[in-house]
Amino acid sequence: MRRLRENVNRRSVLKAGALVVAFSLAGAKVVSARVLVRDGAGGDASTAKAIGGFVRIEAAGRIVLVMPSVEMGQGIYTAEAVLLAEELEVGLDQVDLVAAPPDALLYAQPLFKAQLTGGSTSIRGFWTPLRQAGATARAMLVAAAAARWSVPPETCSTDRATVRHEASGRSLSYGELAGDAAAGPTPTNVPLKGAGQWKLIGRSVKRLDTPQKVNGQAVFGIDVVVPGMKIAAVTMCPVDGGRIASLDDRATRRLQGVRDVLRLEGVVAVVGDTYWTAKTGLDALLIEWDHGPNAAVSSETMRSKQAQASSSGKPIAGLLLGDVEGAFTAARKRVEAVYELPFLAHATMEPVNTTVHVRPDGCDIWVGTQTPVVAQTHAARILGLPKDKVRIHNHLIGGGFGRRLQADTIEQAVAFARQVDYPVKFIWTREQDIRHDRFRPSYYDRIAAALGSDGLPVAWTHRVTSGTVRQYFDEGGWPQGRLDKDAVNGAWDTPYDLPAIRVDWVRHDPPVKLNWWRGVGPTHNTFVVESFMDELAHEAGRDPIAYRQALLGKELRSRAVLDLAAMKAGWGTPLPPRSGRGISLHKNFDTRAALVVEVAVDEAGSIQLRRIVAAVDCGIQINPDTIRAQIQGGVIFGLSAALYNGITFAQGRVQQGNFNDYRQMRINEIPPFEVHLITSEASPGGLGEVGTVSAAPALANAIFAATGVRVRRLPIDRAMLAARTN
Amino acid sequence: MVSLNVNGLSVEPNATPDTPLLWVLRDHLGLTGTKFGCGIAQCGACTVHLDGRPVRSCVLPVGLVKGRAVTTIEAIGQTQVGQKVQEAWLDLEVVQCGYCQSGQIMAAAALLARNPHPDDAAIDAAMAGNICRCGTYPRIRDAIKAAAT
Repeated sequence: MRRLRENVNRRSVLKAGALVVAFSLAGAKVVSARVLVRDGAGGDASTAKAIGGFVRIEAAGRIVLVMPSVEMGQGIYTAEAVLLAEELEVGLDQVDLVAAPPDALLYAQPLFKAQLTGGSTSIRGFWTPLRQAGATARAMLVAAAAARWSVPPETCSTDRATVRHEASGRSLSYGELAGDAAAGPTPTNVPLKGAGQWKLIGRSVKRLDTPQKVNGQAVFGIDVVVPGMKIAAVTMCPVDGGRIASLDDRATRRLQGVRDVLRLEGVVAVVGDTYWTAKTGLDALLIEWDHGPNAAVSSETMRSKQAQASSSGKPIAGLLLGDVEGAFTAARKRVEAVYELPFLAHATMEPVNTTVHVRPDGCDIWVGTQTPVVAQTHAARILGLPKDKVRIHNHLIGGGFGRRLQADTIEQAVAFARQVDYPVKFIWTREQDIRHDRFRPSYYDRIAAALGSDGLPVAWTHRVTSGTVRQYFDEGGWPQGRLDKDAVNGAWDTPYDLPAIRVDWVRHDPPVKLNWWRGVGPTHNTFVVESFMDELAHEAGRDPIAYRQALLGKELRSRAVLDLAAMKAGWGTPLPPRSGRGISLHKNFDTRAALVVEVAVDEAGSIQLRRIVAAVDCGIQINPDTIRAQIQGGVIFGLSAALYNGITFAQGRVQQGNFNDYRQMRINEIPPFEVHLITSEASPGGLGEVGTVSAAPALANAIFAATGVRVRRLPIDRAMLAARTN
Repeated sequence: MVSLNVNGLSVEPNATPDTPLLWVLRDHLGLTGTKFGCGIAQCGACTVHLDGRPVRSCVLPVGLVKGRAVTTIEAIGQTQVGQKVQEAWLDLEVVQCGYCQSGQIMAAAALLARNPHPDDAAIDAAMAGNICRCGTYPRIRDAIKAAAT
């Protein structure tokens, strides 16, 4: 039976005889496995580190796999379960999965050294540690069986949670062996299977989280029901940084079912027996806001200041290679361009929500978060509680895309919930979810190339001007003068041979709070680099694919995906008028991806997608079917933004608020979509963000091919694409 | 108090008639499979069936539902077409985060109930009201076709 459970319940971990295999990932290197046995008598504090680990086998036979990464649609619960089950030798139908509780020691993502799901790191970071955990636990179970039978361990075999001794026909289940195994020594450096021995890795096994997602049984954060729980609707000052000037809640308090009206500096919550009662009460409030210091913020002003900063600001060095100035001086031709990208909201399907119960001695939080330790730390600080008194019950996430990396929404809920003694579920409306999001930064990029006699770039400069997400994520903000690599990722590590290159960043903090967004830095920079590469090919009078091929001497994997995408897409075959194909290529998250988008643009400038073809080399494939799904979904996510999305401000207010004015692509806009995978033996690369990175430049380049209009600003302005009549 | 028939059961939730059906289902009846997405009938996450036809429960006052049969994602598997849709969804691994999929499945089941063999245009017309931010659209189309065979 497959079950997904809430995160590890402390008592269940402390059952006698449980085998818990845990690795500490806090350091730069994975340290050897250790077994944590608890008999249930130990005090809470002393056993805190015993909670979790990745594998738990209970005497009753239950096999629990603890998921260090959160499931938000990317299929990671299944992939991480596969890594553990492969080496542990258990069937996927024999395991329960639980979300890891906050524990920076046990569950840190090795690539970040923090418990965080994002940046397409889950498989890259946990590829080896999870297989090691499974293999170590298996070795201990085998040792226990061998000892009981007085036979050499190597004469034992394992399959489906059972150790067998073929010669004598004996067998014992893992549950029967768990107690002995836990009492035995923990082996180190247990060998892992070779690729030829894999039963699960590389197969498109069925996802473990989906059966309950097709019948309404899956519990997302917003679905949590806690005994005695009330539900709150909140309203925030429409201008970030404002505060309540006056509040008249008399009409609200008269409504049946309204329990409380709570205030923070710039937010009001109405608590009711049901959400609709709370929402009705919210609408009956009379609030005057003091709009505060951002009341005059507008997109026009921010845009011009950002452009100005690009020229006058002090650049922070990213990469400098070769004689850039000399090459530009000597070059016969210089091409330069400015690219602009807007603020973006995440608009996850599941709106922001948090359920909190604050008591004098502790706090429980039910939520879907990409950063459980951050949520716990901030809640503990607000409440003045030790961290271990704040319990985070992490849930399936109805879309993350980066939104649930920051804990601002959880902090708000905790600050409200401490004012009452009962549990409260806080739900933001869609409008609040979009308007009070923390946005993907806007970018203003100047890019230039000096071309040699063959038309290929001999020198390249790329200056990014933007704010930094780290200002809002790191304790104490981000120091002035220090490079935020996210600003230049995808710009300083292109796949191309660029003999002289300078990439730098001008930090320009807008009066807007920022957050990461699917594809992070590479989504922005790859749009600029790949669009500009297309411009250069056009300047050189060369085919965009042939032009790129000429610059991929060292990047054979990139070249292979480029060639495959071109071949599968029928690159070069004739298309009707005002139709075109565009290509993008990138190598980010240790994956190579090429994308061909084919469009038709009508006389009025409307864009119709005709066909999409992706080619991807992500190294070793854990689950090919999930890989295809992630590429399709990621591309569609990126195309939606390029086609429709930009958050704009007027008088300090976000001008978009719901799916009517923050449009997303719909099924009728999606053309046939092929994903081709290249088999590879390289270490597994990331996937969740790869497609999103590919999307916008391939689309923009296709539009250029169809219309001759170069898109240098997103979202795409249809008026620019209308046919000229002169 | 309003009287309702939800998934074949008669219920009398203590809700005012202006309460959207969505919140009656979720907060009064504990049927949380139906999702809140936008509140303005733009995304389809809240889709349920009213006498077999898909409706956006986030904008449908419960007072207007009286005497009609409400079916939600929790019970759609009890219909033949609903079961086929759920099976196709799993066979083709449509689902990613899953938050919109209750609404997608309800819309697809309603489509197939009235049009057992929809072409692409019919799928577009029936499904364009349902947004998926994970971008599962290609597989939704394929799964509807698979369920239709």
